[in-house]
Amino acid sequence: MSAARVGVVTFPGTLDDQDAARAVRLAGAEAVSLWHGDHDLKGVDAVFLPGGFSYGDYLRCGAISRFAPLMEELIPAAKSGLPVLGTCNGFQILCEAHLLPGALTRNASLHYVCRDQRIKVESATTTWTSAFEPGQELVLPIKHGEGRYVASADTLEALEANGQVVFRYVGGNPNGSLNDIAGISNETGTIVGLMPHPEHAVEDLVGAPSTDGLGFFTSILKKLVNV
Amino acid sequence: MARVVVDVMLKPEILDPQGQAIARALPRLGFSGVSEVRQGKRFEIELEGAADEAALADVRKMAETLLANTVIEEYTVRVEG
Repeated sequence: MSAARVGVVTFPGTLDDQDAARAVRLAGAEAVSLWHGDHDLKGVDAVFLPGGFSYGDYLRCGAISRFAPLMEELIPAAKSGLPVLGTCNGFQILCEAHLLPGALTRNASLHYVCRDQRIKVESATTTWTSAFEPGQELVLPIKHGEGRYVASADTLEALEANGQVVFRYVGGNPNGSLNDIAGISNETGTIVGLMPHPEHAVEDLVGAPSTDGLGFFTSILKKLVNV
Repeated sequence: MARVVVDVMLKPEILDPQGQAIARALPRLGFSGVSEVRQGKRFEIELEGAADEAALADVRKMAETLLANTVIEEYTVRVEG
């Protein structure tokens, strides 16, 4: 049986695509490079939108990426159930593309924050978090200047009521996110976005604070293999 | 040829830490009497033709889809000159 194929998207200015591809391979899946300028998802089973500064973060983070040729393919596919994980800039792109509600804005402190961050798993029912237990704490690196999650009061209420808040910051909110939100999902749990970086926490060798990030990739693998 | 200006501002309920930082800097420079500063973006759109209703409708569409993120921002469109 062929391995599950997870696409990793590269925009101009993407930084974390190599780490993301490596994490996908470590979990046992095949990493497939997807190029922002192509109208081609290469038949992948899931997509990872990595972090960085796509299109230089011009205008707003993710605002230009949203209109990339690849996104014209990805947006309808994601709406039809293709699993998508966006971390950091990938989360910002998912919000700008309206695949996830709300927006990511300038950190309340105005400082770029780069540190290891504790987060709590609030939902282990999404496609990307089934390897975790509800309430489990993870330690993942964060590195962003615009990670303060905001949404209207109605949207926040709906996210909380539907269990779409997937991760919350623990031990200090690094950016002023409303309700300490670190990551959210769409209604069906196939699309997940978060500011922390699972792809940087998959190997002890590189001095990562944990290997907690692996769970994201084993979650999607389990989902794809069992389908 | 006409110029259309689009001003984009964070919605009033969205925290603007940059505006706050500017407001805090003003007293240090000797400016008093400022109660709040909000920071926004100004886009100057140069049209090839006249700023007629059809052109303005296009500019509003640009603002809605790209220049502003209406989840967190609001915009105004006006013809300059």
